[in-house]
Amino acid sequence: MKELSLNILDITENSVKAGATLTEISLCENEDTMVLTITDNGSGMTEEILKGVADPFYTTRTTRKVGLGIPLLKLACEQTGGSLEISSKHIEKFPDNHGTKVSATFYKNHIDCVPLGDVVETVKTLIQGHPDTDFKFSHKTENGEVALDTRELRQMLEDVPLNTYEVIKWIEEYLREQYLEIQKA
Amino acid sequence: MKSLAELQAIKDKMKNKVILREGTNDIRVVVGMATCGIAAGARPVLNALVEEVNALGLMDTVTVSQTGCIGICEYEPVVEVFEAGKEKVTYVKVDVEKAKKIASEHLKGGNVVAEYTIKA
Repeated sequence: MKELSLNILDITENSVKAGATLTEISLCENEDTMVLTITDNGSGMTEEILKGVADPFYTTRTTRKVGLGIPLLKLACEQTGGSLEISSKHIEKFPDNHGTKVSATFYKNHIDCVPLGDVVETVKTLIQGHPDTDFKFSHKTENGEVALDTRELRQMLEDVPLNTYEVIKWIEEYLREQYLEIQKA
Repeated sequence: MKSLAELQAIKDKMKNKVILREGTNDIRVVVGMATCGIAAGARPVLNALVEEVNALGLMDTVTVSQTGCIGICEYEPVVEVFEAGKEKVTYVKVDVEKAKKIASEHLKGGNVVAEYTIKA
């Protein structure tokens, strides 16, 4: 993957596929580190599946026997000296509070840290492809925060779908404007 | 600064259109967005298709959607075009420029861009 924002897109697709109605993507930066956390309320994984997810030869796809989503994210953070943690509560054991949390820590100043890239494009793409599920995005830096919650948008838009072209464009501008603000600060 | 209140205006504008649009989309464009597709550059391809469909005024006839792994990872980014009564067209190794051409020649003009298909 050329940018971390593409890993974020890829991993979040797993949340949607697991039936999540809400997926939270959080980026939290300080001087040395960036912590990416993707938390969903999807069906979760059994302990057995959880043990195998970092193995490239484990995948949920049916068209191929290789799954590289989690292994690529693990590689991206570990090559900076960081680490990946996944915890999950499977729906069968936790019928009321199931879901998965993926957390990756990156050391930003390490020479092998892949650039974050265009997160706005990732958020746009997720909403375009999955207008009926909710996403909460937050990027905290030392200069301020960029945030978006599709539940708030949905409330304003009522039955207008979130993947309407005008709405997607509004989301893009809304996020880009917030990024400009924190870059100025 | 942009505010959530602006969505109110979009909602009012779209309300009438939504009723008109229902059931009129007869071409479905699907972009593979699994790990393989994303790594090969599917994100800009998808966004180019969304932009072009809007720019060419095809919103009422064309829907752009996403899917998982199509099974031919080495040919990603893959774009499939489904049209009622016609054979599915599979475009392979698509980039932004090819996506624009597919939008204008195939989605708007009705002519398959044969050189970009998997059969070429």
